[in-house]
Formats: sequence, structure tokens, C-alpha cells
Amino acid sequence: MGKVIVVTSGKGGVGKTTSTAALGAALAQNGEKVVVVDFDVGLRNLDLVMGAERRVVYDLVNVIQGEAKLTQALIRDKRVETLYLLPASQTRDKENLTPEGVEQVIASLKSAFDWVICDSPAGIERGATLAMRHADVAIVVTNPEVSSVRDSDRIIGLLDSKTLKAENGEAMEKHLLLTRYDASRAERGDMLKVDDVLEILSIPLLGIIPESTDVLRASNVGAPVTLADGRSAPAMAYFEAARRLKGEVLPVTIPGEKRGFFSKVFGRKAA
Amino acid sequence: MLTEPRPIRLKGRSFLALALTPELPLDDWLVQLDHLASRSAGFFLRRPIVLDVQGLDIERAELRDLVSQLSKRNVRIMGIEGARSSLLGPDLPPAMTDGRAASDVEIPVGEETEKAAPVESVVASVPTSAKAAPSIVVSQPVRSGQSLHYTEGDVTIVGSVASGAEVVSGGSIHVYGALRGRAMAGTMGNASARIFCRKLEAELIAIDGFYLTAEDMEPGLRGKAVQIWLEGETIRAEALS
Repeated sequence: MGKVIVVTSGKGGVGKTTSTAALGAALAQNGEKVVVVDFDVGLRNLDLVMGAERRVVYDLVNVIQGEAKLTQALIRDKRVETLYLLPASQTRDKENLTPEGVEQVIASLKSAFDWVICDSPAGIERGATLAMRHADVAIVVTNPEVSSVRDSDRIIGLLDSKTLKAENGEAMEKHLLLTRYDASRAERGDMLKVDDVLEILSIPLLGIIPESTDVLRASNVGAPVTLADGRSAPAMAYFEAARRLKGEVLPVTIPGEKRGFFSKVFGRKAA
Repeated sequence: MLTEPRPIRLKGRSFLALALTPELPLDDWLVQLDHLASRSAGFFLRRPIVLDVQGLDIERAELRDLVSQLSKRNVRIMGIEGARSSLLGPDLPPAMTDGRAASDVEIPVGEETEKAAPVESVVASVPTSAKAAPSIVVSQPVRSGQSLHYTEGDVTIVGSVASGAEVVSGGSIHVYGALRGRAMAGTMGNASARIFCRKLEAELIAIDGFYLTAEDMEPGLRGKAVQIWLEGETIRAEALS
């Protein structure tokens, strides 16, 4: 049985889709069988970031409504053969996601894959609550700024009350992924510091992804950042986060705090 | 050795009383009351009664007359609720406030039974004493968007109260963490309720309906361990050393 992960945040534009693709690709590159599922019905993006937008035939809504089989809707990645995408529908709206349908799809994916990574839409409405409902683990993506942190806090509250795990009285495993982190701006006080965010949200840290143009560049060429340039700073941070997700204990490095040998060697690239 | 005189003991306590709501015209209402009394004789006997005159258009003389009419019927009025202050005087029972509703009373028909469960309206004559109040402990953070209501007594939170979260308590509120959201203590009319927190970052605090927004709080107390209480109608706060 695979693990179901929801990548969620409350606020939009913080990097849920980027992180879903990057973590999915990172796990798959290590031989794990991974499917990334786009729950953002009506505003799908994950297909673009995965570079699969021209291969979409059927989608999640088709599967839920019985118009296509799951195997017909799954798109296999051309670069990593254990990586699959289940795209969202762009033309239908979220009302087509039924709780029973989502449950069935997740159950079949869970039996076929090691990791089922669900990219949640922004907000706290139907799409977001359905995406988190069947999750075993939640990754809360947060930017180091107050509105994102508050929205993440709200989402954590929902994870602890609206998910199947919570309703069964089990504890939901939650991880914080801090994205778009800029150490120099945090130092100047333009951004919240890592400790401040951790203190407010009080969930374990999965990783810190530095703000980088590599992320944007990777999105534009339709590749998860961990596939586009595995040596870039954000890619390495995602690789580490993926290893922590598998249970490895690694110290979290705060980007930009080590101004020594490493930043001299890799600093230019990471800028 | 001098012996100190014993201080006079004065404590708040709440009791149950029946709330009686007269209706206009009063003569008709009294006839109905007599009718009820004839069916269950002695129902009002030995029971504390509060007269609820909220929204009743009545003059002071009429009210005094009503009280004496009731007294003739062995209905002893211990207090008056919902009356304008101009309506009351030293010749009338004292004003009562902050009564909490309880279940309706079924008036026994037929013979009056001593064990017939009365009760009905809770009247807090003075703020309830703290030691009698129940309390709850919440051992996880209160997240943004969550609302924790506990009007029966004190709330203790082992964790933080996030921005956009709210804690409403009938008694005091203790936050062993940062208080970033809203905390409303003593909401059922308990002016002696307090708010304690390890780190004050609150958006709003309130005690017994008196409130203070973040903007009006003393800047020097932000981020500190603080206790907040009510003095008269003013919210006071000081750092806990």
C-alpha cells in the first residue's frame, strides 16, 4: 500500500504545484513508483509544470464520472519511467469531484503506487478539503510572510479536523515546507525568519527551498526543478526533503546561512 | 498578643430562582396567576422568585402595586430583572442582572409536591466564585479560524492561540504559549475573570464585554508574559515577572 500525501497551503501562489512536481520527480528518480494528482479542477497547472500538457486526453473528473478508466487517464513521464501524472480537468468545475469518486480513485492509486501526491487547490473549499480528505501525510507549503503563515495555520486546523484520519481519532502527520526563502531579506526583516514560522505553526520542518530563478526557469520548460537541474540549490533542497519524507533524519540547512566554502562553490549557481 | 478581628466574610455565589414574567394588562395576568395557583396550591411558596419586567411598559407605582399584589398571593419577589434604574427604588426589591436561562419549568397540576423539580432560571446575584467553576484544558494549539467556546468556566490552553483564532470563556483564560488571536474571558458576566498568556500578541482581548484591540494595547507589553484583568470598566494589563 502506498502513502497518500497532500500538498496544501491555503494561500495561492506559494509553490504547491512546483513542490508537488519537484518532490514527485525526486522520489521517482530513486526508483519509487510515484503518481502526482492534480486536484485543481478548473485551474489545472500541474500538467504544465510536468511538461505533459500536450498529452492530456482524460482527466480526474472523467475517471470519477466513469467516462474513462484510471489507466487511460494516467500519463507516464517521458524522463522518469516510474513517474505518472493524473491531470485535472480544465473545463469542468469542482462540483464534479464527489467524495465517493475521490475515495475510489485514491484507493486504486494507493494499491498501484508507492506514493500518491495530491496537489491541492488554494483555498479551503470543496477542492481543497477533498484533496486532503484521504491523505496519510500532509505537506504544508508556506512562504515566509504573515498572510501565508496564517493561511497555513488555518489549513493545519482543517487537517486536524476534516480529514478521515482526524475523524477516526488518529493524528495526521504534518510537515512544513518553507518555500521562496530569501535569507538576506529575512535578515533585513522583510520576511519572517525560519524560527518565527516554526514557532507559529509548530509542526516539523521538511525543508527550506531557497528563492531562485531556477524554479521559474524549470516551470517554463515544463520540467520539475529536480529534473531540470539536479545541481541547483532548490533542486538539492527538494531532494533532501524527499529523503526526509522517506524517514531519513537529515539536518536542515537554512539557505544563505553558511557563507563559507559551499556558498563560494555553489553560490553563483544558486543565485 | 493582639487578636485581629475576624474579617466579615463576603463571597459571590449563584442560586437558582424562578423567573416570573408578567404581561399586560396586569389585572388579567393576575387572574391567570390566581387560576394557576388554584390548580397547584403553594407552588410559589418558599421559592425564590425574580420578576422579569424586560420590555414591560410599566410605571413605578404600578410596579410597586404589582409586587404587593404578588406578596398577598404569597409570591415573594427577591429581585427585579430588566427594569430601568429609574423604575426601582429602596421600597422595591433590588435589580438583578446577568441571569442565565435554564430549562422551562413545568408547573405541577393538582397537588403540590414538595419534590417537584422546580428550577429554571439561574440568577447570578454576584459573580460566581472561582473555586466552584469547572474548567477545561486544551493541550494543542488553537489554529487560525478555530473557535473555542467554553462558557461554563476557565479555559487553559497548553499551546498558542493563532492569529485569526478565538477563545471564548465564561471564566478566566490561561494561554501557555503566544496569544495571537482573540481572547474573551468572563463572557457570561464575570468581571473578575482574567486573561493570562506567556506572550501577548493578541488581536483583541475582552473581559465581561469590555474589550481592547491590538491598537489600543500598551506597546510595551507586546511579546511579554502578561496578565489582564478588569478594574471597574477599564481593562488593565501588566507584565508577569
